[in-house]
Amino acid sequence: MADTTLTSEPVQSDNPVTGIDQSAGNFSYKVDYEFDAGTGLSEKTVEYISAAKKEDPWIREFRLKALKVFESKPMPTHWATKDLEAIDFSKIRYYLSSGQKPKRTWDEVPDDIKRTFERLGIPEQERKFLAGVEAQFDSEAAYSNVKEAVSKQGVIFMNSGEALKEHPEIFKKWFGKVIPTGDNKFSALNSAVFSGGSFIYVPKGVKVSHPLQAYFRINAENFGQFERTLIIADEGSEVTYMEGCTAPKFSTSTLHSAVVELVALKGAKIQYITVQNWAANVFNLVTKRGVAHEEAEIKWIDCNIGSRLTMKYPGVILKGRKARGEVISIALANDGQHQDTGAKMVHAADETTSNIIAKSISVGHGRSTYRGMVHMPKHLKGCKNNTECDALLINTNSRTDTYPSITVRGAENKVQHEASVSKVSEEQIFYMRQRGLTEAQAMSLSVNGFINDLARQFPMEYSVELKRLIDLEMEGSVG
Amino acid sequence: MASSLEIKNLHVSIGDKEIVKGLSLTVKTGEVHAIMGPNGTGKSTLSKAIAGHPDYTITSGDVLIDGKSILGIEPDERARAGLFLAFQYPAEIPGVSIANFIRAALQAKMGEGEELDATAYYKKLYQKMDMLQIDRKFTSRAVNDGFSGGEKKRCEILQMAMLEPRFAMMDETDSGLDIDALRIVSDGVNQLKGDALGVIMITHYQRLLNYIVPDHVHVMWDGRIVKSGDKSLALELEAKGYEWVKKELIKA
Repeated sequence: MADTTLTSEPVQSDNPVTGIDQSAGNFSYKVDYEFDAGTGLSEKTVEYISAAKKEDPWIREFRLKALKVFESKPMPTHWATKDLEAIDFSKIRYYLSSGQKPKRTWDEVPDDIKRTFERLGIPEQERKFLAGVEAQFDSEAAYSNVKEAVSKQGVIFMNSGEALKEHPEIFKKWFGKVIPTGDNKFSALNSAVFSGGSFIYVPKGVKVSHPLQAYFRINAENFGQFERTLIIADEGSEVTYMEGCTAPKFSTSTLHSAVVELVALKGAKIQYITVQNWAANVFNLVTKRGVAHEEAEIKWIDCNIGSRLTMKYPGVILKGRKARGEVISIALANDGQHQDTGAKMVHAADETTSNIIAKSISVGHGRSTYRGMVHMPKHLKGCKNNTECDALLINTNSRTDTYPSITVRGAENKVQHEASVSKVSEEQIFYMRQRGLTEAQAMSLSVNGFINDLARQFPMEYSVELKRLIDLEMEGSVG
Repeated sequence: MASSLEIKNLHVSIGDKEIVKGLSLTVKTGEVHAIMGPNGTGKSTLSKAIAGHPDYTITSGDVLIDGKSILGIEPDERARAGLFLAFQYPAEIPGVSIANFIRAALQAKMGEGEELDATAYYKKLYQKMDMLQIDRKFTSRAVNDGFSGGEKKRCEILQMAMLEPRFAMMDETDSGLDIDALRIVSDGVNQLKGDALGVIMITHYQRLLNYIVPDHVHVMWDGRIVKSGDKSLALELEAKGYEWVKKELIKA
């Protein structure tokens, strides 16, 4: 299996996400991998992955069972976009071991990509990694510092694969419990071929003061296509986790399908922050869900930019009395992109509260869809949900759809739903241009203003990066 | 040396309809010109067309700053060249504070790689706000979002004070203002007047001209300037009404 050669498929379209033309000839390159499961998906592929990872038999069985579920499930095109049918599962590589050096030099990286990195203020070392010049970003040191600091408090923070070996008792107890294999076709796919992702366990009463960043860890081990993340916050503990980075990831793979499970035990708090910027050819199909026990709190802050199609609806199952769930979501769909995002809140105990604030921006031919599900059964008392869902359209071709599904039974529960669609008008743009701003700067300012109240909830460095990213995005969308 | 804004035999259309029908006017820095006229005579069209609004087509004529035509350049380039339009109905920009907006506008005037000095910026902003008697809290509000008529006009004047244009076109700055707001806004404009600024005040009523005294008054009628004079023309107009201009035009 070694020495297989992969030629990345040339990306056909330019990438309006960054204003970068990804079709620039020298962006196709050859890479030799040590372990490679080849293309296509079969029992053999799954067995190969499990063997390469030297896994216990129960995991291997778990994967094989998941494969059957994946194969038996139809594409969810009866409610989702038909574009899903464009995914050719037989052409995807499901497993590549990390750590190999791609044979490409910095000189070969197109100038416009270098400029993008510069504009985003990405450090030199990381630029090389992101451009695929270096397979590894040398942040191992930063990662081990964080890891060491938190381990003094008893916090476990490691790769999921490592955790399966080192902490099988905790892993097995929660793994696949929040999101069962058969939840949807893509959670089944992930369950069959997962690799990478983070595992975090925070012991009782421990409050992790600094956010744990996958930025360090994932960079150190290469981004996962099918990562699996599991975070358990034990009673009364608190943790914030941040994943992704705003730099475009020039992946050779076109399918990203992660599963993220969170468990907040009694009185615990988990905040999960994602900022992702995908290349315009990527299908980003992610399942994210948390269970909040009594008086626990789970908050998802999710920011999606780029990709051909993103489908992501972070959810919280409010299992214990007085549990709280929150989803703050920002999605930006540029030309040729479809952001199908939203939230799920399942109220399963009295006095549980949930809050959903979703803002989407559609530019050019970009399309945004909001899907929200709030479920409050009749027998519950004192439950509350607030949903706000705002869409901003930039130019008349863009499209936005809202599909709220709120099932509320019983007179003792409260639901509030507000939705708005606004447009960046020609008058608004002209007004700003009259003050000296270019068209792109004016649009960027409108977008930043629209998400301003949400962006403030991001950690400082993320909101700064987000602003820069929107600037670049708007530059790319103006003729 | 004084700069000049020259409007030469300008014709402006919206769609197929000609609104401005051959208007000429030269304004030098240090001068205040008032353009008066009844509604629908093309006053606002004139200012928007000069600023480069995409809905207005200039079919013939020219607009020049210091002898150089600005018609071939984008609205934002015209602004950076020193042209300012105080809008009659300024747009709202939700979520963007006045302080950040003006900062972005000033930053846009600077060259690539140049960074606006934040401390100096706020110092200047507060100084101008004091001059215009604007409360400090004002600039943390989103631009024109839910503003009263008076607040919108003050926001325009503050931007004008910060951007320091060479030529300002003030479109019906007095509309929607009560007498107190009118006084505050006019005081502001009077403070900004000077050798480095040329002003075109567009107004329907003579009222504003009691507060901001013009050097020249022009009467606009059916897309043209039909009468020019000094400030006494405004008073005469106030006394006799626009019907008087109409009758004079018919006689001629």
